[in-house]
Amino acid sequence: MADLRDLYQEVILEHSKAPRNYREVKGADKKAEGFNPLCGDRFTVYLQMNGDSIQDVGFQGSGCAISKASASMMTQSIKGKTRAQAQELFGHFHKVVTGQSEDESQLGKLTVFAGVSEFPMRVKCATLAWHTLQAALEGKQEAVSTE
Amino acid sequence: MTAAARLPHEPARGIREVESGYDVEEIRADFPILNQQVHGHKLVYLDNAATSQKPRAVTDAIVRYYERDNANVHRGVHYLSERATEEYEAGRTAAQKFIHAADRHEIIFVRSATEGINLVAQTYGRKHVGAGDEVLISAMEHHSNIVPWQMLCEEKGAKLQVAPINDRGELILEKFEQLLGPRTKIAAVGHVSNALGTINPVEQIVKLAHARNIPVLVDGAQAVPRIPVDVQALGCDFYVFSGHKTYGPTGIGILYGKFALLDAMPPYQGGGEMISSVSFEKTVYNKVPLKFEAGTPDMSGAVGMRAALEYLNHLGMENIAQYEHQLLEYATGKVSAIPGVRIIGTAKEKAGVLSFVIEGVHPHDVGTILDQEGIAIRTGHHCAQPVMERFKVDATARASFGLYNSKEEIDALVRGIQKVREVFA
Repeated sequence: MADLRDLYQEVILEHSKAPRNYREVKGADKKAEGFNPLCGDRFTVYLQMNGDSIQDVGFQGSGCAISKASASMMTQSIKGKTRAQAQELFGHFHKVVTGQSEDESQLGKLTVFAGVSEFPMRVKCATLAWHTLQAALEGKQEAVSTE
Repeated sequence: MTAAARLPHEPARGIREVESGYDVEEIRADFPILNQQVHGHKLVYLDNAATSQKPRAVTDAIVRYYERDNANVHRGVHYLSERATEEYEAGRTAAQKFIHAADRHEIIFVRSATEGINLVAQTYGRKHVGAGDEVLISAMEHHSNIVPWQMLCEEKGAKLQVAPINDRGELILEKFEQLLGPRTKIAAVGHVSNALGTINPVEQIVKLAHARNIPVLVDGAQAVPRIPVDVQALGCDFYVFSGHKTYGPTGIGILYGKFALLDAMPPYQGGGEMISSVSFEKTVYNKVPLKFEAGTPDMSGAVGMRAALEYLNHLGMENIAQYEHQLLEYATGKVSAIPGVRIIGTAKEKAGVLSFVIEGVHPHDVGTILDQEGIAIRTGHHCAQPVMERFKVDATARASFGLYNSKEEIDALVRGIQKVREVFA
């Protein structure tokens, strides 16, 4: 049986209450909006690029503890990374939270989200910010949707 | 003996028994699905506004139909076809009696309450609503009583008017009256709000509209399983409800319409059943209600629905309404006493729906934590996004009660909410 504490780890609860980089990035050269129409979670991700690197990143919006903590920790883990590195990290993250991989070695602090794989209904919450990031990197104009 | 075992031949005796005491444990034994563990806890099913569970009388009736009576209806001359037709039409009569319609021909089988509204919008609506006309709804409607009218208005260049609600989640009747104008062609309101639980004063609404010769459609999806409904007493022109929210099967719903209105309406879909003769030059349509039932209908659905309505009759809708009201009062008292919990929807007249938010906790997290305790509630916007906007919340958690829920289950809900607060403390 899945344990609630696997999902709601202290770090996740702490980030959901005090999200990092919760701000609009002034002069952001990329931004995207993502939402989950089923639950109404909605985030905007702002990126300030320096060539191919993510120089600054911020986000704003509303959602559940999982989606908010995921967005917060995502901003911390991608700052300074190249586009390819960020996308690779999302690849690892996605595999772990969907239960396709148990290899958490690449995730760093993001391993706290491994418990999400026990809660299939919450995978979309954990990946919403990442899908939004990807849309921003690709310069998509339309809001991305989890559906 | 379980309540189901008495069905369907001894309803009078059953009702007397209920009057002497509503035995929820006996009733629960009729619903096999309730007897299971979820995540190591006894299942507490509080998502009845989304769909209700089915008594064995319903699933038995469906199995019996397929094992004994199945054939296509209204066309074969053979024995089984005749029997299937009888079964199907008995479903129509059961629905007629249940909502006290004057004539069984006023009952049309549809797929769902949603399809019933779409049918009226696409037939009556397209015929009578033109450019510059208005359709009036309320601010507490389910999406299914908004979008069909929006689509119609868009097509015709008409305007969708929305009567506001107050902070308790009640329709502001004076505003509704003011919005009934010379261009209003139809008004559509919910009987019981799925997101707030509000019971609308339908009789008054109908009187106000009829004083201006405006017909009224009532969305009764949440009302028919919860309170006695008499469409003649309400006076409404159309009334829709669903099978699956009424302890019957999915895939079937009912549209009631006054005969004269139905008779004058163009058909909805074309096909078999709805015709009386077809040539390549001209098709003559069948009479009401078959005019609106194109294609092979949901026969087993009609059979299952009849079994559900008989089950409800056997318990007595007055008894069910009274019992659920007690549950609601009990739950409202307990849940609102928990610090940091706010109830959304506090109408004076309310049916068994309890929407709430917990300060600092998103409803989805509430839903996940309660699920781990075996408690099924709905979280989200409940297909009523304008209601969420009105109350300035993204979503709510919603516990909705059914005839088989117990006070012990409410206590489990309360403990679950306390657990949520502990996790997020």
